[in-house]
Amino acid sequence: MIPVQFDYLAPASVEEALSALGQHGDDAKILAGGQSLLPVLRMRLNAPEVVIDLGGIASLRGIRDDGDAIVIGAMTTHHDVRDHALVKEHALLLSKAAAEVADSQIRHRGTFGGALAHADPAGDLGAPALALGAQFVIAGAGGTRTVEASDFFVDLFETAIGEDEILTEVRIPKHTGWGAHYEKFVRVAHQWPIVAIAATVKGSIDEARVGLTNMGSTPLRATATEQALTGATATEDGVRAAAELAAEGTNPPSDLNGAADYRQHLARVLTGRAVLKAAGV
Amino acid sequence: MTATQDRPAAEIGKDRRRKEDQRLITGRTRWTDNITLPGMLHLAMVRSPFAHATITSVDVEAAKASPNVVAVLSGKDFGDELGVCINAWPITPDQKTPGHSPMPADRAAFAGEIVAVVVARSAAEARDAAELVDVEYDEQPAVIGIKNALRDEVLAHPDLGTNKSALWVFDSAEAGTGSDVEAAIETARTDGILIEREYRQQRLIPAFMEPRSVVVDPTGEQITMWSATQIPHILRFALAATTGVPESKIRVIAPDVGGGFGGKLQTTPEEWIAWAVARRLSKPVKYTETRSESLMAAHHGRDQVQTLTLAADKEGNVTGFKVHLDADLGAYIAVVGGGVPVLGAFMFNAIYKFPSYRFECQTVLTNTTFTDAYRGAGRPEATYAIERIMDELAAEVGVDPLEIRERNWIKHEEFPFTTVAGLEYDTGNYEAATAKAKESFGYDALRAEQKERRERGDRVQLGIGVSTFTEMCGLAPSRVLGSLDYGAGGWEHASVRMLATGKVEIVTGASAHGQGHETAFSQIVADRLGVPFEDVEVLHGDTQIAHKGLDTYGSRSLVVGGEALVKAVDKVIDKAKHLAAHLLEASEDDLEYKGGRFTVAGTDQGVAIQELATAAFAAHNYPEDMEPSIDAEATYDPVNFNYPHGTHLCAMEVDTETGAVKMRKYTCCDDIGTIINPLIVAGQVHGGLVQGIAQALWEEAVHDEAGTLVSGSFVDYLLPTSADTISFDVVHTDDPSICTTNTLGTKGVGEAGTIASTPAVVNAVVDAVRHLGVSDIQMPCTPERVWRAIHAGDSDAPTPETAMPHFSEGALNQDEGAGQ
Repeated sequence: MIPVQFDYLAPASVEEALSALGQHGDDAKILAGGQSLLPVLRMRLNAPEVVIDLGGIASLRGIRDDGDAIVIGAMTTHHDVRDHALVKEHALLLSKAAAEVADSQIRHRGTFGGALAHADPAGDLGAPALALGAQFVIAGAGGTRTVEASDFFVDLFETAIGEDEILTEVRIPKHTGWGAHYEKFVRVAHQWPIVAIAATVKGSIDEARVGLTNMGSTPLRATATEQALTGATATEDGVRAAAELAAEGTNPPSDLNGAADYRQHLARVLTGRAVLKAAGV
Repeated sequence: MTATQDRPAAEIGKDRRRKEDQRLITGRTRWTDNITLPGMLHLAMVRSPFAHATITSVDVEAAKASPNVVAVLSGKDFGDELGVCINAWPITPDQKTPGHSPMPADRAAFAGEIVAVVVARSAAEARDAAELVDVEYDEQPAVIGIKNALRDEVLAHPDLGTNKSALWVFDSAEAGTGSDVEAAIETARTDGILIEREYRQQRLIPAFMEPRSVVVDPTGEQITMWSATQIPHILRFALAATTGVPESKIRVIAPDVGGGFGGKLQTTPEEWIAWAVARRLSKPVKYTETRSESLMAAHHGRDQVQTLTLAADKEGNVTGFKVHLDADLGAYIAVVGGGVPVLGAFMFNAIYKFPSYRFECQTVLTNTTFTDAYRGAGRPEATYAIERIMDELAAEVGVDPLEIRERNWIKHEEFPFTTVAGLEYDTGNYEAATAKAKESFGYDALRAEQKERRERGDRVQLGIGVSTFTEMCGLAPSRVLGSLDYGAGGWEHASVRMLATGKVEIVTGASAHGQGHETAFSQIVADRLGVPFEDVEVLHGDTQIAHKGLDTYGSRSLVVGGEALVKAVDKVIDKAKHLAAHLLEASEDDLEYKGGRFTVAGTDQGVAIQELATAAFAAHNYPEDMEPSIDAEATYDPVNFNYPHGTHLCAMEVDTETGAVKMRKYTCCDDIGTIINPLIVAGQVHGGLVQGIAQALWEEAVHDEAGTLVSGSFVDYLLPTSADTISFDVVHTDDPSICTTNTLGTKGVGEAGTIASTPAVVNAVVDAVRHLGVSDIQMPCTPERVWRAIHAGDSDAPTPETAMPHFSEGALNQDEGAGQ
């Protein structure tokens, strides 16, 4: 299908991009990897007058070590996140989740920051970012600010990024040596997850972080499960008992792939499996 | 000229790579949407968002003022020149058939129906302007779902007074092909086994890869239509019949067409609108649908509720089968819409010797996209019902599902066999196909594993599904189609042109859209005529070149079109023989034809057929009593359908905690008679299997209560990819049952995989959890449905004594998908 006509801007720097955004305001949409935006435009569900493509801004790409954190540029592709040595060493959960995003073509186009900024609750990266305590670096006309993951996801397709701001990079506190597993439940391989569980654990088990995908209007943490797991021994029975708490406080959608109560059941079962795999049991 | 003596071994049976593939795979070919004509205009359709609404007004002024818009037309702007969309198969004389305008002026009867068309200089400008067309609707109550339609409380077409279109009945007692089914049911109720089930065939979307596209060029003496269609000849006939343009003034071209699966066996509103607009404006026009439009408005498939009563004695010998179908036609009766479920009438008895049989098909109209053929068309539905319920019978009797089938099937020495539905099956060997499939599958080992998992109470249970299918294919025969009130015949036409350079052009009325006709037909001609494969060119899909034909559907191209080709080739050889005798100064009786060469018996004298083609072209020396040509043509109408069959075995793992299902192994042993090209057959089987498996597990077109298609994109309409399937174990019987009603001995294979696989998969899923009290799971078997079935308990497991009917509200399979 053919989108409504729009103007296309390709700024060379974050400053230029911010300036364009300031000028066009809510008539503009930011284009990152385009894997969500272009279908929306082509189906005419949105018709921005201006599309600002961040693809030409080299500083937004790449992954670097920053002491107690690794920093992932917003325009880094899922493919690069998946394969990067720093990610594998310090944030294994992200590597595992990035490997499950859609299909190979999309992983080579779609970007880490673009997916997080899009904030689809069925997206694969929100729950792991939340579980790992990611910090979102957001640039605006007045400089940059950093938002904690717990404050970043506001609602369905809504984040803390202001209309005149751009997500530039995401800091992931190092979880060196933590085991991780991303358990994605789908009917066909290329589908959005019906439910997915992002689990990462230190030792077996000193600490646990569990993120839930598509169990509410934003990514969620299974905090009751996390607390029950802390200091527990990673036995199958123990983990499954803790996982029984995983659906507490969730409000999942009901659609063709499953009603809310079924998703909550899945969250409990899959949380157990994800944690056990993360713990290497 | 190529030396024919060097011709390699027989072409038939050789796994030649397809001639077509290089251009198709690289995209270096001509699809309809690639065609650009000078001055061509582009169309965009304005579609009703409501399932049922009267059209109060259509304001086109803003759209007309949009840049580069040439015209904006709504239904009231057209007269008779718009024509009508036809139903070529009224299944009963009293069928209620709503009038079907390509663009109704007064009322839209399904969401997606076209109410106006915008014509602009570019596709983008047309699309932009289409959003400016202001249509005022008065929304009417819509009827969605078969059960709602049957109540006749809300009418899809108020002027018809009912939603019930036609009731088609076959009864073996009345037809004299068997005894009375009601008597068998009564006996079984008191002294046998009675199984009553309701199965649902969900609505499916053909989802061909290439969206529909049409280009019409009205300039010149003929009006030319290019269309991504399976049926250029039927399309030409229907255009002539409904728009008043003589057939001789119409040329229809189906260039390379990217899949159909029955979904392009249609004469569409979009084609008729493009035709009318081009004629109105005297300009070439193009319309290519978007994927969203394709999912919403190209015809859908299946959509039936099947109410089944199977009577048997206590040993599981079936004594009668009663079938009542309610079939959703959608808002209109499409070209063969009503006939599709009726095709199933002859297949519910499948491979079995049932003494009595009754089939009823009630078609209903609803405010949804019209339905029509989808790969298998009527036969998958029938095969699903019988193969599912035979598993239920096996469970009741307490024997292996293969054992219950063997007790009932036609034994190989009993062929030819006239069935209770009145068809004569010429050949088949169900024992051989089953034995081979069992062996290749490792049936006994998997049954042992299943037992072990059950005993262990494993989280992952294993199920084995059986489907011993047959089908009637090669549609044709014309007399049979006539007896069913189908509006056309089923013959096919072919011609063979022997070119001066020794090359051979063959022209077929079959119209390929991915089947590989160019390759398979070349193999047949190469063998039959004795010329090199490379010297044969296959022409098709253009009514000016292939002036006569009935196109491609119903697994008919090879078994009907291929046979027509054989007959034409034989005529060429006859003519050539006369010329050869003349040139060799020999008697025709002394000539032998072998390897493309006539030789005089007992001498080294001879002449190649390609030399004879040159001689006929030069025409310097030929007999007085013949024309200087060895070209020939033939029209072939088979005397019977043909009946491929096979045994399909599927092993599914079911995660009882989540309901997730995973295919473990799939073996099919198809007996399809002579195989022309094993590679093409493998492709047809693989693709067919995936499409049938997809019905079992993934695909479902869902409308909400308001009639909006919820599964309106591939996000919600789940098509599998290679990542979701496994490597299939495809085998064939060692000694195939050669078809006796055509000379090649072939049987159709295009639909076999789709027909067979759906019940094999569902049987396997049910088998995995039957011990947990599950006797049915509605398709598609989503993890949620499987999980809920496991947790629904065992309250609905019938016993031979109680034989509780399942026909009550709230039972499994009552959910029509609406309102989810």
